[in-house]
Amino acid sequence: MSTLEIRGLRASVAGKEILKGIDLTIKSGEVHAVMGPNGAGKSTLSAIIMGKPGYEVLEGTVTLDGVDMLALATWERAIAGLHLVMQYPTEVPGVRLDAVLTEALSTRGRSTDGLDDALRSEAGKIGFEERFLDRPLNVDLSGGEKKRNETLQLAILEPKIAILDELDSGLDIDALRDCARRVEAMSNDLDDSDGQPLGVLAITHYNRLLEELKPDHVHILAQGRIVESGGPELATQLETDGYAAFAAAPDDDAADASASALGDLFSL
Amino acid sequence: MSAFTPDAARERAGWTDFRVAAAERFAAAELPSPDEEIWRYSRIDQLDLSRFVPGIASTSIEGPTDFVSESADDPELFADETPDVFAELNRAFMTPVVIRVPAGKIVAEPIVVTHTISGSGTAVFPRLVIDAGEDSEVTVIEVFVAADGTDGDEALVVPVLQVHAAQAARVKYLAVNEVGSQTWQIGNQQSVGQRDSTTLLATVTLGGDYVRARTEARLSGQGSSTKQVALYFAGDNQMHDFRTIQDHDAPKTTSDLLFKGAVQDTAASVYTGLIKIRKHAHGTQADQTNRNLTLSEGAWAESVPNLDIETNDVKCSHASTVGPIDEEQRFYLESRGVRPEIAERLVVLGFFEEVISQLPAGALADDLRERVSTKLDLTGTRKQDKLTGASA
Repeated sequence: MSTLEIRGLRASVAGKEILKGIDLTIKSGEVHAVMGPNGAGKSTLSAIIMGKPGYEVLEGTVTLDGVDMLALATWERAIAGLHLVMQYPTEVPGVRLDAVLTEALSTRGRSTDGLDDALRSEAGKIGFEERFLDRPLNVDLSGGEKKRNETLQLAILEPKIAILDELDSGLDIDALRDCARRVEAMSNDLDDSDGQPLGVLAITHYNRLLEELKPDHVHILAQGRIVESGGPELATQLETDGYAAFAAAPDDDAADASASALGDLFSL
Repeated sequence: MSAFTPDAARERAGWTDFRVAAAERFAAAELPSPDEEIWRYSRIDQLDLSRFVPGIASTSIEGPTDFVSESADDPELFADETPDVFAELNRAFMTPVVIRVPAGKIVAEPIVVTHTISGSGTAVFPRLVIDAGEDSEVTVIEVFVAADGTDGDEALVVPVLQVHAAQAARVKYLAVNEVGSQTWQIGNQQSVGQRDSTTLLATVTLGGDYVRARTEARLSGQGSSTKQVALYFAGDNQMHDFRTIQDHDAPKTTSDLLFKGAVQDTAASVYTGLIKIRKHAHGTQADQTNRNLTLSEGAWAESVPNLDIETNDVKCSHASTVGPIDEEQRFYLESRGVRPEIAERLVVLGFFEEVISQLPAGALADDLRERVSTKLDLTGTRKQDKLTGASA
């Protein structure tokens, strides 16, 4: 059983504090949805957990099974068991998927025998056309194909905890269903290489992802703080009431951002 | 006083007067300097000809050799325009390889010409002529390489390439430069395409101390097309210096150019390209792309695109970039659990793949990927040593 623990996390981008104290605990097999309007700090949270350059931790801890993730390089966090599914997967011209996965598995000390078969099998499960397996990473793929590709990598690498940064953005309804169902299955699957089901932190703006990927816990992120936590019913309530019902009182340094974000804040 | 005198030219085999006249013109001319625009950024002021004596590279030819001759009987064949004194020097001391493909003949396999350079202080002057007859097809790979164990020897290589593609001929040419680390290479390439012909001029440059190549691709027949692609990768104190000209001298001609380079350590590279579209070359399309990766802070790359267009009815584009590895690409790979040095290798190889996939290299392509990879790893290892305090 693995645990990702985020305690009192404050972080800034370009000198501006975006996360103002986040506490979250995600265990194997649990699906946590973090929902929030644009500008709430959702993408910053995923970037900080994975160690993306350009983001600064001001305070707090992120540990995986007690190991300090913030002290590790990005690749070491991945090896430790974290995996980020990106909102906008980067195109890497000339680099093939199997080349990256071969290196990624080797770094983990795992065998690459049968990788080709595993790729084809996983591709079949999520409707990722086999011809795309030979493309350079994400190059000339549609939004939906890119997210299928991200989900495929997640399934091959079998991390302990997956952070999904707006898996649903840019996704048509078929691709959304395929990807969400696959992640849901992984969160229930005990036959993973380490015998643990996947823990999931799903960051999303919209409810529609959660129709297939069933959250055990829903958290509402607004202006850099978790303002409400609850069960799946919270997502339903959000659908009815909108984010406005959960918005924290605007504080001074968020006021400038809120002017433009306000429109998003009140509409789901 | 250099050893490249008219008397020395007289001692070379064949066409004595022709060689001597060229050597006399060379003796009367001055060596260029970086003050001249065409030699701007170059290291030409560091060339000391007195350190070299005329020699002969060991040249081997593999593949179909039916149309290959090494003792051309016709000096007129080499009486091309000389773009600079080094082409003149080549004319005086050249060792020719002439490939004449008869009209309508398709040479199915590539002809591979390998020049092996050895001997400290040797200067060699390979001249390759590809004369493709009407509606013929040929692929030629020319390799420049240091002899085993002579990688650190000083040498000077002054090659000239002449390509003539007759009507509807298809010529593919690849130069692979893996000369030694103390070798200077100053080359000239000229290609002329007649009506409806197609030429591909490809270059891979990994070796040398200072390597300069000037390529002039002229489209002199309506409907002819030419493509130039290059991969260059300089490390240590190497400098790779390219000048290209896409010269549209007939209507409805097409040229395309893709040069991709990387520099690491304290290496330097220069790309200067000109698209020239003459007044009568209407209905022409010309594209030029030069992209450079700077892999170390001490490395330097320069990219200078130029356009000279004398008619309106053209489609023209050029793009040029110089910069480090894309941070997003690096982060993406590292977030999968790929080590930073391997992520960098994958990204650089991926960057070059666009060129490698267009090379007429066949089986050589994998070998070239491997060599690029090795060159990257050497630097990666040195960086690691520095971090851990180990001696290189």
